Amino acid sequence: MLQIKNLTKVYEGGVQALKDVSFEVPKGQFLAVIGLSGSGKSTLLRCINRLIEPTSGQVLWNGIDVTAASPEELRRIRRKIGMVFQNFNLVHRSKVLTNVLAGRLGYVSPAWSLINHFSREDVEKANKQLARVEIGDKGGYRADELSGGQQQRVGIARAMMQDPEMILADEPVASLDPVLAHSIMKYLEQINKEDGVTVLCSLHFLDLVHKYADRVVALNEGRLVFEGLPSAIDDKKFKEIYGRDAERVG
Amino acid sequence: MNQRKKNNKPSLWKSIRTGLYFALALGFIAYAFQVTDIDLTEFRKPTRVTSWTRALRALAKPEIFEYEKAETIVNAPIYLPCPEGVTPGLAEQDTSGPYLVVPTCGALGETITVEGFNFPPGAVGPIGWVPSSDPAYDLLLRPEDVKVDSDGHFSYEFTLPDDRQSEDVQYIRVIVRKNVGAPVWSENAKLTWDKIIETIFMAFLATLLGTILSFPISFLAARNLMVNVKSPLTSLALSIIGWPVGIFAGGLLARWMMNLSSIEFGGVWMDIASVVVGSSVVYFLLRWALLSAEENPALFKRLLRIGALLLAALLLVFIMYDFTSLGIQLGQSLMPKPDPLSDALQPETGPFTFLANFIYQVSDITHTIMIVAVALVVGGVASSLLGRIGQRTNESLSPAPLRIINALLAGVAFAVLFMLIGAGIDWLYQIGNKMYIYIIPGAVGGALGILIALFTKPKSSLPVGLVVYFIMRSILNIVRSVEAVIMAIVFVIFVGIGPFAGMMALGLHTVASLAKLYSEQVESILPGPLEAIEATGASRLQTIVYGVIPQIIPPYISYTMYRWDINVRMSTIIGITGGGGIGFLLVQNINLLNYSAASTQMLAIAIVVASMDYISSKLREKTV
Repeated sequence: MLQIKNLTKVYEGGVQALKDVSFEVPKGQFLAVIGLSGSGKSTLLRCINRLIEPTSGQVLWNGIDVTAASPEELRRIRRKIGMVFQNFNLVHRSKVLTNVLAGRLGYVSPAWSLINHFSREDVEKANKQLARVEIGDKGGYRADELSGGQQQRVGIARAMMQDPEMILADEPVASLDPVLAHSIMKYLEQINKEDGVTVLCSLHFLDLVHKYADRVVALNEGRLVFEGLPSAIDDKKFKEIYGRDAERVG
Repeated sequence: MNQRKKNNKPSLWKSIRTGLYFALALGFIAYAFQVTDIDLTEFRKPTRVTSWTRALRALAKPEIFEYEKAETIVNAPIYLPCPEGVTPGLAEQDTSGPYLVVPTCGALGETITVEGFNFPPGAVGPIGWVPSSDPAYDLLLRPEDVKVDSDGHFSYEFTLPDDRQSEDVQYIRVIVRKNVGAPVWSENAKLTWDKIIETIFMAFLATLLGTILSFPISFLAARNLMVNVKSPLTSLALSIIGWPVGIFAGGLLARWMMNLSSIEFGGVWMDIASVVVGSSVVYFLLRWALLSAEENPALFKRLLRIGALLLAALLLVFIMYDFTSLGIQLGQSLMPKPDPLSDALQPETGPFTFLANFIYQVSDITHTIMIVAVALVVGGVASSLLGRIGQRTNESLSPAPLRIINALLAGVAFAVLFMLIGAGIDWLYQIGNKMYIYIIPGAVGGALGILIALFTKPKSSLPVGLVVYFIMRSILNIVRSVEAVIMAIVFVIFVGIGPFAGMMALGLHTVASLAKLYSEQVESILPGPLEAIEATGASRLQTIVYGVIPQIIPPYISYTMYRWDINVRMSTIIGITGGGGIGFLLVQNINLLNYSAASTQMLAIAIVVASMDYISSKLREKTV
């Protein structure tokens, strides 16, 4: 259960990215976050695991106040929250396997990890996760030798290494073509349905929202303007979310 | 019309302004001429002309090879002036070998023709006056060069001296020399080779030292990493207190271990055994204490672990002392022993003596800096432990009592800090007045700490990272602005004239400039992977190892190569200030006006610098 209460973020320089956003996400839900570019989707997702420090408001996760956690507690919280990024955010010069193993960093003993040593179980697990996203043979490649779709799969495998209870996906398919987009979304769906992992996924295309999301929240200029089922987004709601000049494309 | 006028006015003003700028620039240049003493009259003076032609010609002939010389010396007797009456008979010259044909006598200052026959063709050498009746007399006056033609003959108009009259016979002497055999390396060339090798290795070691030290520093001087390092005042104050306390404790600890390890029992074999056994004990202790992934162990077990870690650390220090003293002994036993009868060393024992020297020196260095290293490590550990305690305290207490605790801690921390700075200043300037060294700085620091505690929110995080960043950057900039050649002067005072001083100076300069270059690379890495690693719950150190280091390896290698290239170039001149290397030789030869020898060194420098430039650019191409 994730509860967001009155979350507000004002960047240095006065840009208000989130204004008093509150909503709840029950465990195991696939929640889509929609909105225009710059509406605060990325900020919202990053405030949840405090990659960005919220200005005020609370994030409660399973009853723990994330916003008040000490650095040590925050690390323990973060390792249960996987994150997938629009630009994949892999370390290009490292091997695919190393990138995936990096997902274990919150768990392993710090001394071992500093010399790049992981236990045999962790390596097996990493290979299993790679096989699950159907790139089991790519572990020895350098990350930047992979195509975009493959890189995003590595990103998902990395998040899954954390044994997450929740995955924050920040526009995971925005840099991919539509066919690849569906394949990536399918993996996220699979993780959501089979493993019961809560997924918060910001998306651009409404057809993806309709196809995969259980519920939708919409942001416009940092304000929560819609919360409900995907099917409830009619033309009127659409114009509210995306502005009056917007046209539906997908 | 109006418009044109409007346009005209500024254009007139503009041209006046341009003219003024020109005049100003001209004045600037004219003054520069005045200041830099630009004057061609000196250049045109005949004495200057002869000396610069000579220097240029010598420079064009680098002294690299030398030949064995075959010398032919022939003396021809002559009377000066012609004796009155009959000229005494002179011994017939042997005409089978080289011989001279000269008149039997001449007047003072008269010019006579000297002819030589049967000389080695092509030989050159001086002809001169021997002011003695002994043909073996070793003085040649007014030497001038003669050159033998291909038939072994020469003819020379020799002017007799006008102040060497004597009743006895005197001599005209010709000494011609000719190269024989194959060319061999000249003494100068051998010396140049030795010194250029010294130069290259000096640069190598300086680069190595600089790279090792600047690697960690570069992270502290990278804004994007440091900007996120924040900690509350409680934690900051405790970390500041932790440093001196830890350093003091570490120093004591190291000295204790050093004394313990220097107790003699059982000799060398006991030492070896203790190193072997000790290091395996340390290994298992560390393994047990550090490498279990158990979450939240019981308090007893946790204490046990900490105890094991402490024991392992103590043992490690002890072993290091044992190990280094073993190394010192080993190195000494392998090195050539000084002869007890004379001061000179025995001849080198073999081609690997330099390895023995290496073992000895490294052990000696490690043994010497162990105490500093242990003190610093313990200081760092104490600081981070206390900082963590501060963090916990900060989280658990409510703001009102926290403010009081903060004020107390910050007061103590800043007082200690200022007193330490005061003690440092006292050491430098020998003030000797306790009032100025300790009491006033302590009071000022304490007051400052309390003020900071009172004027900040007790729970807010202070940008410690940025402060460290600015301090680090300033230090680097200051160190970098002092040229290595100048630093060499200081290091010569520490370790004496020679390449060691030059290496240290170059190394220090390398640390400063590489750390800056490196940190700029850290600042330009992609933030995305960093964010991703951070989001997995990785610690700061893990984030650096997995997110930062893979991104910066290629530019780091490239900059290190570039720096080695620069160091080779700089080490060629660092000898000017006593820093060893080829510069010393070069300056020496220039001061002795031995330009053709200096030319050899310049040539060597040019070759090495050019090839270093080429190699480093090739290697950089490969790594990026």
